[in-house]
Amino acid sequence: MKPIDLVKLAERDLDLRRSYKYRINVCCSSGCLPFGAEDVLKAFEQAIKEYGVEKDCKVARTGCVGTCSVGPAVVVEPGDYLYQSVTPENAREIVKEHIIKGTPIKSMLYRNESFFKKQRRLILRNAGKIDPYNIEDYIAMGGYSALMKCLTSMTPKAVIDEVMASGLRGRGGAGFLTGQKWTFVARASGNPKYIIANLDEGDPGVFANRTLAEADPHAIIEGMLIAAYAIGAEKGYIYIRAEYPLAITTLKKALDQANSLNLVGENILETSFNFSIDLRLGAGAFVAGEETAILASIEGQRATPRPRPPYPATSGLWGKPTLIQNVETLANIPIIINNGGAWFAGIGTPKCSGTKCFSLTGKINSPGLIEVPMGTTLREVVYEIGNGIPNNRKFKAVLVGGPSGGCLPEEQIDLPIDYESLTKVGAIMGSGGIVVIDDQSCMVDTAKFFTDFCVDESCGKCVPCRVGLTKIKEIFERIMRGEGRMEDMNLLEELGNYIREASLCGLGQTAPNPVLTTLRYFKNEYVEHISQKKCSAGKCFQKNEEG
Amino acid sequence: MLDKFVMQHGHRKDALLEILHYAQEIYGYLDKDILTHISNSLNLPTSHVYGVATFYNFFKLKKPGSHIVTFCLGTACFVKGVEEIITAVENEFNVKRGETRADGKLSVFITRCIGACAMAPNAIVDNVVIGKATPEIVIDKIRSVLGEEKVEAN
Repeated sequence: MKPIDLVKLAERDLDLRRSYKYRINVCCSSGCLPFGAEDVLKAFEQAIKEYGVEKDCKVARTGCVGTCSVGPAVVVEPGDYLYQSVTPENAREIVKEHIIKGTPIKSMLYRNESFFKKQRRLILRNAGKIDPYNIEDYIAMGGYSALMKCLTSMTPKAVIDEVMASGLRGRGGAGFLTGQKWTFVARASGNPKYIIANLDEGDPGVFANRTLAEADPHAIIEGMLIAAYAIGAEKGYIYIRAEYPLAITTLKKALDQANSLNLVGENILETSFNFSIDLRLGAGAFVAGEETAILASIEGQRATPRPRPPYPATSGLWGKPTLIQNVETLANIPIIINNGGAWFAGIGTPKCSGTKCFSLTGKINSPGLIEVPMGTTLREVVYEIGNGIPNNRKFKAVLVGGPSGGCLPEEQIDLPIDYESLTKVGAIMGSGGIVVIDDQSCMVDTAKFFTDFCVDESCGKCVPCRVGLTKIKEIFERIMRGEGRMEDMNLLEELGNYIREASLCGLGQTAPNPVLTTLRYFKNEYVEHISQKKCSAGKCFQKNEEG
Repeated sequence: MLDKFVMQHGHRKDALLEILHYAQEIYGYLDKDILTHISNSLNLPTSHVYGVATFYNFFKLKKPGSHIVTFCLGTACFVKGVEEIITAVENEFNVKRGETRADGKLSVFITRCIGACAMAPNAIVDNVVIGKATPEIVIDKIRSVLGEEKVEAN
């Protein structure tokens, strides 16, 4: 395909999209499928046929809208009317009232209007609006135009400069400047060069990357292609959790379609640029998301990290220069190329540009997948987007950054979300999980839960992480048996700091965060457990009482 | 079938993970015979293949029960009380987490996050996801797949 053909294809598909008066988008992502989304999709297709409105109305399978707690979710365009918990019977009613008579059914609409108000959807721009199984839908929305711009009018260096100017930082957690990483790999000697798109979203309680892959797989692929052009790579891997079957299917389909349109493969868009992409499945190891562990896993080994340097940028897959990026980082790239780095740098805060996706879960009225500009406060996320805590319970803590994140108390709720602010208070950005905890949860029990998780997932290679975390686990078990001592709190803190400083990789370095932050902000609960053998939340010591 | 797949990968040692995935897909689990066979065909030490297979939680080394219930123990499910459901199921069906009941009919597994956090707590009974689960709903569902009647407590 020539560049001009891509432009023509985009125009044709956009015209086709505009020829429909209405478009019914049925969310068929992992959040909505278990609740009958497929049947709802069929019911809509049947209903528009029966009522004879097929020419006016298009029914489309789409990815996630974000309101995952009220699935199946259906959006009717124009106007973005969002229907919640739709049944096949509802589908017929919606066609009859909304499509034929033109009156939306108010009683079925999603009730939390503030859910979308504070959000800014850049990465999720197409989520819930396009059919992820159909590359033409993506192209109609301007997809692959950024790739075309790079290949036809920009040098690799100009692409890197644009990404540098955007100030984009890696969304995998560490927040390293993306443009700088690209420069390192571009300058590194050694051929071939590789790109790994990291979709090993192992954090329990996080589903932002999965949702992105299910809703807009081509945004990830286009980002990879642009990165490959910029750094001179010819081969890429998408490393994805085996536990994400729908995302795997979606990406496979997307890659097949991109291959058949010559957007992936050899002589892409009839230029001299070649780049092929393969999927690699993870197998349930949290540590495999760490950048040196992911290399070992793709090479067919146990996913154990190794010391750095050498960094993957100079010595990665099979010893060759390798760029490893989280898929969310990559999905930002086409937007930056199309709108310019300076435009992107104007979003968010001066040090943290752009937006970030979060999976908002736990004790919250409107959980789901959200995207907010960097610098948005936790209060806005919890109380405005999430609509507060259910059943009039009291807010206790918010866990930011997954099992190695931090538990932040109410005093910190006005904290703006950016890398530095979160690190300062003992949490991390991580891969973007926000879990709200109310007064029914015990913080000691919660810290123990995360410690158990990290003990399970520690690869066992370095001593601080392997032995240190097990010791922390034993102290928790002692406290839970009612045998805790007051000095245990100091011991936990001391151990936590050692593990943080001496561990080899990011897992160990952040694993003590939940323990350290709960000790810092919820010390009274530890004191209560140890000195009174009591748990105000009623979670611990239950067996003792029964016995 | 497995040999053909290994051949397609040119007996490459770095394709070990793909081959393990494929073997589990066709056999359902990876026992000693399968792992030994893979190590022979890739010319890798059996200890290495065993080491890789045990490192990753996704690979099952024992034959699972004919029915499987998997609980998500991700953060959101934990906060929403999945522990209570797991304990109730363990007591009701007399099987511990991570194990298979003596009659081979039911296995209880734990997974770390299936990513359906907004519907927490989640359980999966024979590939059907149950969102916003309660002990009653999950126990009823397991009973129905097992074809067991409710035993009235004395």
